[in-house]
Amino acid sequence: MAIPVTAPQGSLTAAPAGSPPQRRAARRAGSRIWLVFVLPFAVPFVAFYLAPIGYAITQSLLRTERSGGIFGQPRTVFTGLDQYAAVFSDPVFLSGVGRMLLFGVVQVPIMLAIALALALVLDSAVARLKKVFRIVFFLPYAIPGVVAALMWAFLYSPQLSPIVNVLDAVGPRPDFLGSGAILWSIANVVTWTYTGYNMLIIFAALQAIPQALSEAARSDGAGGIRTAWSIKIPIVRPALVLTGVFSIIGTLQLFTEPVVLRLISTNITSGYTPNLLAFSIASGNNYPLAAATSVVLAMGTFVLSFGFFRLAQKRGWS
Amino acid sequence: MTTATAPVRRATDESQVSVGIAMVFLLLMAGYFLLPIYWLVVNATKSQRDLVTTNGFWFGEFQLGQNLADLFARDGGVFLRWALNSLLYAGLGAGIGTVLAAMAGYGIAKFDFRGRELLFGFALGGVLVPATALALPLFLMFAGVGLTNTFWSVFLPSIVSPFGVYLSRVYSATIPEEVLEAARVDGAGELRIFFSISVRILTPALVTVFLFQFVAVWNNFLLPLVMLQDSTLYPLTYGLFSWQSQVSRYPELQTLTIVGSLVSVIPLIITFLGLQRFWRAGLTAGSEK
Repeated sequence: MAIPVTAPQGSLTAAPAGSPPQRRAARRAGSRIWLVFVLPFAVPFVAFYLAPIGYAITQSLLRTERSGGIFGQPRTVFTGLDQYAAVFSDPVFLSGVGRMLLFGVVQVPIMLAIALALALVLDSAVARLKKVFRIVFFLPYAIPGVVAALMWAFLYSPQLSPIVNVLDAVGPRPDFLGSGAILWSIANVVTWTYTGYNMLIIFAALQAIPQALSEAARSDGAGGIRTAWSIKIPIVRPALVLTGVFSIIGTLQLFTEPVVLRLISTNITSGYTPNLLAFSIASGNNYPLAAATSVVLAMGTFVLSFGFFRLAQKRGWS
Repeated sequence: MTTATAPVRRATDESQVSVGIAMVFLLLMAGYFLLPIYWLVVNATKSQRDLVTTNGFWFGEFQLGQNLADLFARDGGVFLRWALNSLLYAGLGAGIGTVLAAMAGYGIAKFDFRGRELLFGFALGGVLVPATALALPLFLMFAGVGLTNTFWSVFLPSIVSPFGVYLSRVYSATIPEEVLEAARVDGAGELRIFFSISVRILTPALVTVFLFQFVAVWNNFLLPLVMLQDSTLYPLTYGLFSWQSQVSRYPELQTLTIVGSLVSVIPLIITFLGLQRFWRAGLTAGSEK
């Protein structure tokens, strides 16, 4: 996952609508010049964003049948929601979803807590070498997920890992690839990759806090931690909500890390994550079922992240 | 005298303790983030034998030159092919994508037309739809028209950047109307105004859009994985993965995967560090508006 984020949600609607002079300008031009600006984006957007989703939905409602053996005439039959019933009654799919929920409930809060702590320390007066640290923390984001997973795979590998050797010398031999540990080994790769990126978004929000506000708190006798807790964190809540939403999306879409770690661990099955399951089904040429699975997954992601937004708004977090 | 200075000294002592605690925390985290990268650099210099027999956190016999030569010679130089593919998919894709997104974002901000909020709403929805969720539907659709396993099947989807439209619109709102009006009075056409005046003001936003689209495409794995069978069309991510998956048959690929991984991340790191001034401005500005 690599979704760029820049602004707290509140600002998504903050772009001003056309002010009167603008309208006048466009009307005087009296033309459809806006088409020239908008169409070059709108056409590929429809073709490669909306159309595939529509196509997948259509596919998921159909099934190809052959009458009279494999040489019979293939015909497409409408099967309604049969594929969706198959998706939701598939124990592999359900356990994959459950696994991702567990993953998200544990990994997302830990990652965001670390990102917030780093951002607060880098924003405070006590940190030194801030610029260097900021670059170091952000560095993993510039590394492809495949490469990140490959590197960690070596560090987890019982034969090659220096970490395993070190830990083996001081205590029981760790098994990063075992059936109990593998999910958290994946979580570590994800945390490693995206913490710095989330930190940067929270940090940008912290930087926008007026200096005078923190100084006022300090002159009232509030220490650094107190200032962070009761002034800074409430102000950057929208940024936290936003990073939370994108982290949830990333969790449900988890694919690259488990696929790469699968090369060295037999504990990652072909349906380990819902996305991996959809991929495996498509590889088996069952396109209607693959379509239904990916539609369910996309809808689920959308509903969950949207629901989190709404909850945040209701509770006044953003 | 003493009573007056004592609180001050206590305050400085306290802040020195705070600085110490903060630095330990930052250094520990820096160690965590740098550890795998350090491991990659060290092990890219090792021979296949040293990789297995020597300590992973320290150098063996220095073989980086030989490893690089092997990397670029393997399978008739297929690694270079992958690198060029990645550069085309990510560089050209993000370049075109940035121009299209900038024009659309600017068009939505500066022209009044029916359906512009709807279009913007769709683009925002697009930001929430992750690339991985689109890959399989894209595959199914391309399979329907027989376009899988082509350059276009990976390239075309990468020219769409909904996030770019969003950022360009937010940024375009800051372009003073008087500047555009003056140019119109001088008789300049709208396209000419956009490319000669507006683009210059939008530059920090456009660098941000380009960079994040570039990274998204460069790092993309699922889309090429579902679309491509022909290894000469692979981007680096898929190529390295395909090598790693053959290690049990060809053990020498282990070293090549490691060196190849190192080579593949260097251009991105350089680009990010080199353009830092621009994209950080873009990020910060985006979060303030």
